[in-house]
Amino acid sequence: MTDVDRRDFLIGAGFATAGTAVPTEASAIARPPKEMPPQAVGMLYDSTLCIGCKACVAACKAANNMPADIPEHLSGWNEGTWDSAEDLSGRTLNVIKVYRNGTVEQKDRETDGYAFVKRHCLHCVDPSCVSVCPVSAMRKDPTTGIVTYNADACIGCRYCVYGCPFGVPQFDLNNPFGKIAKCQFCSHLQKDGKVPACCDVCPTGASLFGTVKDLEQEAARRLAAPAGTPYQFPRGRLGDNRPPNVATIPSYTKGIYGEHEAGGTQVRYLAGVPFPKLGLPTVGPQSPASLAEGVQHTIYHWLIAPLVAFVGLAFLTRRNAPRADADDTPKSRGGRS
Amino acid sequence: MSIAAPLRRNLITPTTLVLAALAVIGFFFIGVRLIYGLGAVTNLNSGYSWGIWVAIDIFIGTALGCGGFSMAILVYIFNRGEYHPLVRPALLGGLFGYTLGGMAAFTDLGRYWQAYNILLPWYWQPNSVMFEIALCLLAYTGVAWIEFAPVFLERWRFPAIKRFLDRWMFVFIALGVLLPLMHQSSFGSAVLVMGTKLSPLWFTVWLPLLFVVSAILMGYGVVMFEATVVANSFGLPSEHALISKLSRVVGWVTVGWLVIRWADLLDRGVVSLAFAGDLKSWTFWIENALFVGAAVVYLTPAGRASQRASFLGAVALLAAGALYRLDALIIGLRPVGNWIYFPSLPELMVTIGIIALEILLYLVFIKMFAVLPVVEASSPRPADRRLP
Amino acid sequence: MDATSNSAIDYGASLGPNPDETVYGGLSRRQMLQFCAGIATTMGLSSAAGVRMAEAAIAPARPPVIWLHGQECTGCTESLLRSYHPTLESILLDVISLDYHDTLCIGAGKQALDYKHAMMEKNKGKYVLVTEGGTPMKDGGIYCKVGGKTQVELVREAAEGAAAVIAIGSCASWGGIQSADPNPTGAVGTQTVIPGKLVINIPGCPPNPYNFLSTVLYLLTFGRPPELDQQNRPKFAYGRLIHENCERRPHFDAGRFALEFGDEGHRQGFCLYKIGCKGPETYANCPSIGFGDVGFGSWPVGTGHPCFGCVEKETAFRKPLHALSTVKTLTPPTAFPQVDAEKGQGISAGAAAAVGVVGGIVVGAGAMLLKQMGEDKKSAPDSTKERT
Repeated sequence: MTDVDRRDFLIGAGFATAGTAVPTEASAIARPPKEMPPQAVGMLYDSTLCIGCKACVAACKAANNMPADIPEHLSGWNEGTWDSAEDLSGRTLNVIKVYRNGTVEQKDRETDGYAFVKRHCLHCVDPSCVSVCPVSAMRKDPTTGIVTYNADACIGCRYCVYGCPFGVPQFDLNNPFGKIAKCQFCSHLQKDGKVPACCDVCPTGASLFGTVKDLEQEAARRLAAPAGTPYQFPRGRLGDNRPPNVATIPSYTKGIYGEHEAGGTQVRYLAGVPFPKLGLPTVGPQSPASLAEGVQHTIYHWLIAPLVAFVGLAFLTRRNAPRADADDTPKSRGGRS
Repeated sequence: MSIAAPLRRNLITPTTLVLAALAVIGFFFIGVRLIYGLGAVTNLNSGYSWGIWVAIDIFIGTALGCGGFSMAILVYIFNRGEYHPLVRPALLGGLFGYTLGGMAAFTDLGRYWQAYNILLPWYWQPNSVMFEIALCLLAYTGVAWIEFAPVFLERWRFPAIKRFLDRWMFVFIALGVLLPLMHQSSFGSAVLVMGTKLSPLWFTVWLPLLFVVSAILMGYGVVMFEATVVANSFGLPSEHALISKLSRVVGWVTVGWLVIRWADLLDRGVVSLAFAGDLKSWTFWIENALFVGAAVVYLTPAGRASQRASFLGAVALLAAGALYRLDALIIGLRPVGNWIYFPSLPELMVTIGIIALEILLYLVFIKMFAVLPVVEASSPRPADRRLP
Repeated sequence: MDATSNSAIDYGASLGPNPDETVYGGLSRRQMLQFCAGIATTMGLSSAAGVRMAEAAIAPARPPVIWLHGQECTGCTESLLRSYHPTLESILLDVISLDYHDTLCIGAGKQALDYKHAMMEKNKGKYVLVTEGGTPMKDGGIYCKVGGKTQVELVREAAEGAAAVIAIGSCASWGGIQSADPNPTGAVGTQTVIPGKLVINIPGCPPNPYNFLSTVLYLLTFGRPPELDQQNRPKFAYGRLIHENCERRPHFDAGRFALEFGDEGHRQGFCLYKIGCKGPETYANCPSIGFGDVGFGSWPVGTGHPCFGCVEKETAFRKPLHALSTVKTLTPPTAFPQVDAEKGQGISAGAAAAVGVVGGIVVGAGAMLLKQMGEDKKSAPDSTKERT
């Protein structure tokens, strides 16, 4: 530094860097994860009960007025009447996929077997989509925990698509006036006391609706019972008096998917093959939102740091600007051309 | 007061015509996008919902536009007045980097007709990094135009505005340093939510710091690049001596960046991924090599003295920062499901068109307004070269 | 099946000089050939096979049949009585020689039984034994006795001289209703009573008469049973799941179920899986051929009642009528999306070309600039030295 007032600089710079202390540990900086709402509703999907009938896919389409999804390579013979969704999309909020291995002989067996998996929004306890949406288009209900989407607020930035650890929200890219498509747990039916369409129609009880508390216990019961035990699998809503599906406990893979993933989800899975085989991503227990928000809040808490920095910068600039601009005039630049 | 002057060259030259043509093609495809939707023009999918329009036009484009911000730090905060001649050209680059970056953002938005929602307080969601980025970017674009206003005022007289600016410009300059610090680091924070969806080679809690420092580096890289290219293309005296003083600082900051990056990688124990032999590992090494190359050039006296080496160093720095962003946003991704992505031809043409427009406007402005520093009539000048 | 492909048999030629002359107890040769052709079709054989069956059926020496009744309701005989092509009397009078049948024989008492023994002696090694009804094995088999002898003894006695044994109905095939838990009489199927001899099972409660008749005719024609599955059931009838053939399968696939008898879905003819249809775990051809020749849908599901799996030992009289059946999906249909399918667009030729061209231009321009910088340095060293 030439003839700057060193003291002035230090004062200003001190202000500028005051609020920008950088963290040393990731978990230390993450904000605490959100808690499950008291009356959280959820779903228990048991892949071993699923027979791949896709009644839930059809029911979801009907309940949400979604159009048929016809993949490009099938459009030759499909005249628009047969919905054959291959994945979640702007038109499909719920899809059934199959895991196949080898000779595909035995259901729910990892080698030379097959298994079904249902993919849709998991209604996370600490959702990334809610955290990242700049215009509050994604909202988590404080009582039931259902994550809903408001197309009127949405600007289509697709940050929710980018950030969801489970790859759930889909933007309808083929529609010039598209919006985000995501299972909203049939909140329009739930508010009338009804059961989400997929759980309502499921013939075997693979998709079971209920409060998260009750479903946790149901899942624990199934995992605790030895394989081969006769069991009455409830159907529709846990606690209703529908006739159960009388079958036997299968050999489950350990664990309940969604219990800890991304800070916990309200839709959970049981399966007979390892969860990654079903395409369910391996996600750590920290909710991504808690880390991202933690860092952001540390830097920007109440905008103190930026304001302090601004004061410092303005001070320095004021001091230096006349000098800097004067340095440019011909007489002060000496022999420079 | 500066001794800048408009460059006396034709506005219409082969270069500007080609650039204009590319810009027109780009805008044609933007039109297609508006009528038929993003899927008709881009190869975006749910595994890669942010493609090159976000990664290149916004993230890299605005980082390249950090020339103005970097020069403002140097001149007005560190009081290195002798760099003042480089301020205007840098500001101009920043102006277009940000304005067209914002335009690209608007094009990329799926529901652009509701874009104003970001300004409505009842929709605000302050936990979102994108919220901060959007408002900060808008604010900085405004500030950049205000900072550049004196150039217009030299051509069109508006005394009242000039007086106001003379008095309060320091506020805008201060904002012009603060705002990019905020949103360039937020670009890094925006990637934090990816978690396991981003390769550990790039995912780290230090992303905001790495992004903001690389943005500053890219800002200086742009200044050094622009100064060299413009001087050479228009037969102006080179600012090389000025730049070589700056390059040592840049060299050390680059080393600092690499130290943070590698200390973090080693601390998390993920360096083995760099030897996986896949595309991610290749781009990782290229990225690091470019940073190291730039540091080597700027920290060796021979490198600083040679104009060619300095130029290459600047290019390396820009490429390194650009590749780092491309890696963190696209190449380093591990999406849920077996997705692949490469931009489609129309998608590329839009990006190319926007970049062409930026360059075109830059060339037009330096010819219409007093941006570039000029020599005094008495000193000799190298012969004019081919006119861009 | 080599017998069926004998092209030397010409259907037209086999009609003979007077095809419409009533010859066979009310049937003309043409009608006989048509009946046999129909039977052949039911079994999936060619018309040539039908001709051979006709020849066999009208052969002067009608094969003798001994028909025993065990624990049964006579439903299988009743089912046979309802065959229309041909009628039962044609079969009895012209096709086979039904030497003994508990229900249909005219005689009764000791006289009938003596006749049975005489016929068994006379036709030893040549008669077909048909068993209807289960055989109790518990307590020495005392729970079913005819003429003072237990059914076990009667079956074994008759089987000794039989050329072939056919068990008609679920009771004879595996025990039937009396074998339901706790099976107090120890009822078993015929095969369990005579393990050494092949018993062709025609399960059903009752079975479709044409399944039985087709099997008998095949036996008479070709001298051996048709292709049998692991439970010795003819594959032409019991080779596929009802679920695979059911006319309501599209409703199952689309998730349309009847939830209660008489509800909207039930009236619309939706799938009955949710009210306990065992079609998904039952192998039979009921949906294809129906019962009673009264047209399409003349089978339980067609009339709106879920199938209870009457042919299957594990299902009928074991699983509750309205309990959900296990869906024996053989393999998932190929139209199911795979969890790991690759999705998204990769690099296209156009995109590659664009990137190549732009890259080429950038590199070329850079190289040119570098070259000029070299020249510039050589030609104007003084101007750079003037700077501080």
